[in-house]
Amino acid sequence: MPVFYEKKQLVVPGDLLAEGDYVSGDSTYKKNGKIYANRLGLVDYNGKIVHVVALKAFYVPAPGDLVIGKIVETTPGGWVIDIKAPHLARLRASDVVERSFKPETTDLPSIFDVGDLIITKVVEYDRTRDPILTVREPGLGKIMRGQLIEVTPTKIPRVIGRQGSMVGMIKKETGCQLTIGQNGWILISGRSPEDERLAIMALRKIEAESHTSGLTDRVTEMIIKERKSLESN
Amino acid sequence: MKATKKKTKKETETLSKKKPETLVDKKGIRLDGRKLDELRPVKMEVGVLPNADGSAYLEQGRNKVLVGVYGPKEAHPRHIAQQDRAVIQCRYHMAPFSVDERKSPAPSRRDIELSKVIREALEPAVFLEYYPKTSIQVYIEILQADGGTRCAGITTAALALADAGIPMRDLVVACAAGKADGKIALDLMDTEDKIGDADVPVAYMPNLEAITLLQMDGNLSPDEFEKAINMAVEGCKQLYVKQKEALKSKYVVEEAEE
Amino acid sequence: MTSPIVIRVKKKRIIELLASGKRTDGRGPTDYRDIKIESGVIERAEGSARVLLGKTEVIVGVKISTGTPFPDVPDTGVLTVNAELVPLASPDFEPGPPGEDAVELARVVDRGIRESKAIDLKKLCVESGKLVFVVFVDVYILNHDGNLIDASAIAALAALMNTKMFKYEVVDGEIVKKPGYTPLPMVNYPIAVTFAKIGDKILLDTGLDEEQVMDARLTMTLDKDGNVCAIQKGGGSGYFTKEEILDATKTALEKTEELRKIVVKG
Repeated sequence: MPVFYEKKQLVVPGDLLAEGDYVSGDSTYKKNGKIYANRLGLVDYNGKIVHVVALKAFYVPAPGDLVIGKIVETTPGGWVIDIKAPHLARLRASDVVERSFKPETTDLPSIFDVGDLIITKVVEYDRTRDPILTVREPGLGKIMRGQLIEVTPTKIPRVIGRQGSMVGMIKKETGCQLTIGQNGWILISGRSPEDERLAIMALRKIEAESHTSGLTDRVTEMIIKERKSLESN
Repeated sequence: MKATKKKTKKETETLSKKKPETLVDKKGIRLDGRKLDELRPVKMEVGVLPNADGSAYLEQGRNKVLVGVYGPKEAHPRHIAQQDRAVIQCRYHMAPFSVDERKSPAPSRRDIELSKVIREALEPAVFLEYYPKTSIQVYIEILQADGGTRCAGITTAALALADAGIPMRDLVVACAAGKADGKIALDLMDTEDKIGDADVPVAYMPNLEAITLLQMDGNLSPDEFEKAINMAVEGCKQLYVKQKEALKSKYVVEEAEE
Repeated sequence: MTSPIVIRVKKKRIIELLASGKRTDGRGPTDYRDIKIESGVIERAEGSARVLLGKTEVIVGVKISTGTPFPDVPDTGVLTVNAELVPLASPDFEPGPPGEDAVELARVVDRGIRESKAIDLKKLCVESGKLVFVVFVDVYILNHDGNLIDASAIAALAALMNTKMFKYEVVDGEIVKKPGYTPLPMVNYPIAVTFAKIGDKILLDTGLDEEQVMDARLTMTLDKDGNVCAIQKGGGSGYFTKEEILDATKTALEKTEELRKIVVKG
């Protein structure tokens, strides 16, 4: 049963990856027993599963994902939120307010208003309806300060690192708080704009070199070097 | 007293351009030095617009095409949304300075027709059914035109869609063949198209070997038509190689910076 | 152009930083972002230029044709400026005819060129009252990252300076082309600088983030002698004090000279 590429080779949409008894994984599709790539990325073969790690893809919500969202509309039943996905998401008023709330007397905008950023979790999503969010767990809710950075969602696992090693290192070296949304939005809150800029530089480097190894060490080095040159100025 | 701004009359008859005598000489060489089955020089680049979700830029001969893609995002206005699939909203538009006589920026009937056939050329390639009730916006801007812009627009749009990470069955690539001085020729430029006898634009999905756009205007015998369509598909295959290079080259650059 | 929803904490942060005289990208209040100008990018047009101001990208194309002059100025060529905020430039631009932002942009750029008499329009007369040259300046925004007016004005100036017209002679009242080209007759070089007010701070060359939270803006176009030839207040429902405006005029003098050197030197 033939495969047509080696692991980690770059493929484009329409490239034939495998033929025969294989399973179509991420960013691939199967037709007439053949598996093709449907995005630009690096192909990988894991036993019977053929998948492509896309270089760039927009966020598709999955239940359990922690995301950062922007309130774009308030309605009598709750809020409409932009989470940088193909659909706008919804947060029901009942998620935040007491069950017996009266829409006429509860002032929803005073809780979350248009323009607010929230840390939230995806509860439900099937492609035919809007994703449903919750802020019921600890650590979720309105963001009061910080800087928002956008990173391609496919690079988020690299930003987090194995067991949080990469993000932990950035936090330690820059002293910044980082909240990472699976949707590619990252909140940075540091003690000074310079600290925040170091964290942003680190994130951009990870985004550009996510496919390489030894990245954690190189990013650490870069932050230390930049900090030294800032201090000497 | 200032005159109200009215359209000024043009007296273009006095500025007529000299028309060439022949398009193809005895040795089979065309006005720009090409052979009958030769493409114009092509350059492609991906990811050129910071705001767009996906973008690409292409030069083919004197054609300069820029495409920006947004989406998938909520369909707007609501009534255009389809319950079971995404819709592609495609706009083919020429800059006023893209042609010899300044063109009004308002969409002409040709712009509207081309927007439709281009959309229909791209649709078969995109997994629209993955994102119901959303829209994917494809904006094609022709910055300079020299014949074959709908094909160039399609080739560039496919790159921009791939750059946006929108799942596709295959890339789409387009090329035209036509008849100039009685001979079937590949990739006609504007002069050849205007004076020549036929033009056959073709859009093609290379791996699936599927034709997604086919138009023709002019006069061709069935044999000539067969020759033209074969030539156009060959042209598509050559352009496809360049498309893949353009997509991959961005990544290779990142690697080189390690 | 739909107005995007501004993120509250972003606005707060911009204002907080400004209170200590800082901007989000580390620039000073009157610093312009990096400017890159490329002329002659559209060979088929009579003149063209592409400008990058930070990430804002603009292309201007100049086309020349002939037409009848306006009756009240029979021996003067015609200048027309148009701007398109094409949808690929920003998620907030929609396809369709120019809205009020595009029209304002075109008219402000037009005013700068016209009132400074940058083009010697009298030299564009072929036959008084009957035939003159018409100069079309088309501004095309390709990427919106703030300060479209200044970027467009620079691009328009560079495109006009790049413009060549064919040589001709008049035979029996008709234009007959001669070999060769002659540059568009330019005698002045207008430059626009746009001041934005955020709270009580005044900034030049706003990025998109800053523009989304500004209260008002003031564009001043000065010619090569430092004379003011166009002013436009816009961009929001805020206001400027007379002192702020007069201060701005002084800064504009300095700043337009700086920018003009970049454009005219080429």
